Amino acid sequence: MIYFDNVTKKYKDNSSLEEVTLSIAAGEFVSIVGHSGAGKTTLTKLILAEEIPTSGTVFFESTDINKLSKRDLMNFRRKVGVVFQDFRLLPGKTAYENISFAMEATGKSDDEIREDVPHVLELVDLTNRAFHFPHQLSGGEKQRLAIARAIITQPDLIIADEPTGNLDPMNANEVINILKKINDLGTTIILTTHNKGVVDSIKKRVITLENGRIIRDDKEGKYML
Amino acid sequence: MLIHAKRIIRSGWHSFIRSGFTSIASILIMTITLFVITSLIFVQASLNASLSDIKEKVDVTIYFVPGADEPSIKKVEESLVKLPEIKSITYTSALEALSNFKDKHSNDYLTLQALDELSENPLGASLNIKANDPSQYESIAKYFENDNALSKGALTIIDKIDYHQNKMVIDRLTSIINGAKSLGFAVSLVLIIISIIITFNTIRLIIYMSKDEISVMKLVGAGHKYVQGPFIVSGMLVGICASLLTILLFIPISIWLGNHMTDFIGINLYQYYKSNFLQLFVIMLGSGVLLGSISSFFAISRYLRK
Repeated sequence: MIYFDNVTKKYKDNSSLEEVTLSIAAGEFVSIVGHSGAGKTTLTKLILAEEIPTSGTVFFESTDINKLSKRDLMNFRRKVGVVFQDFRLLPGKTAYENISFAMEATGKSDDEIREDVPHVLELVDLTNRAFHFPHQLSGGEKQRLAIARAIITQPDLIIADEPTGNLDPMNANEVINILKKINDLGTTIILTTHNKGVVDSIKKRVITLENGRIIRDDKEGKYML
Repeated sequence: MLIHAKRIIRSGWHSFIRSGFTSIASILIMTITLFVITSLIFVQASLNASLSDIKEKVDVTIYFVPGADEPSIKKVEESLVKLPEIKSITYTSALEALSNFKDKHSNDYLTLQALDELSENPLGASLNIKANDPSQYESIAKYFENDNALSKGALTIIDKIDYHQNKMVIDRLTSIINGAKSLGFAVSLVLIIISIIITFNTIRLIIYMSKDEISVMKLVGAGHKYVQGPFIVSGMLVGICASLLTILLFIPISIWLGNHMTDFIGINLYQYYKSNFLQLFVIMLGSGVLLGSISSFFAISRYLRK
């Protein structure tokens, strides 16, 4: 599904990713681990075409995502759900509206929105917080809302960039459990984290990055640094 | 398409209402801009009123020799009527001139007695001419120096034309009027540009604060129009509120100006406001909505390029 062909990304003079080649198949749950600054976030930004590689190519299916037109890029991003460490919710919109916005943006009808949003809110256990604004929610609730927003459009891929970084262990576990559930339903998940407990509990593929290079890629790995 | 428009308008409305303090701040800034624009319209109106007042006071009178016969004078008047520069001509006969003179000096027995001593009317008839524009008096005066324009017979009955006595005053007035007009225009233009820039920057700052929000919207897969639309709608709402506020503010202001400043300004601004209300309202609403939406459009487009 995703294929990095010898990708290097340099910021001014220090490089963040160096000669990374990897492929991720559909339906996988991949954890990307490494110290801060190892290149985890750069990797996710490259997948979303938020950054352009200095050299090498990033493919989604068989298309080079940096050669997409604006319109195709927009359509591509609709196939990818994103969850961030800092949640990145829309502060002026309620929980319900944060989710419905993603559906509205992709042109879904009002009926579909009325049907799907409560369903997803239930899945992440936020039904009774639907009309709260992000600043009225706890960290765990915010992250669950972000996941709800990411999955509402039924994306092929979900990128979760340090989703547990700001959460206590209990909330972190809950978030990971939701991600696992989504993965079981067939959605590919890329999770970046430096939380050992989280990675070890997943028992799926682990890619370890160090100084911008892949130093380990284990089928059923553990957090080892 | 329709559902998109509906969602954009609803979203714009929500962000306008929920931004609370920010919306109020931008409404106030925009109100200042519209206030400046409206004040300048008022200034121009009162300037125009005083200028036309002054223009009314400028005229040229042709005095005829006493005893000039009326048909010849009428002939001169008829030829003058054909000139495009002339706004109006008033004919005063010799008898009228005499009674006017008597009225004017009704308390001055000495003069009246002296007048009675004379057996005949010493005053001649006159034609009072008003031109469309003060600068045109010169060409009207020249008309009489031109032999071709009038028959020689007509020229002999003209005693004098007071243009040359008035020339200096007329010239100065003309230059003052033109100067005041272009100065007023330049000052208005500068003030309007400054206030537009201030409004534009305020809206730009507000959108700058939302730049993370814009990037999230893009990541979720929202198209440019869908990201841009609500901001433009909010900008328009700011414009609408600001124009309503300005319109309301000018009601007490114009009443006060009408009650206290009419003599000074030379025009009752309350009457002016009342009779031009619809026009002024459309100008304010139009500039408010345009300013709000165009500022939002330009401010946001820089965050959409990527």
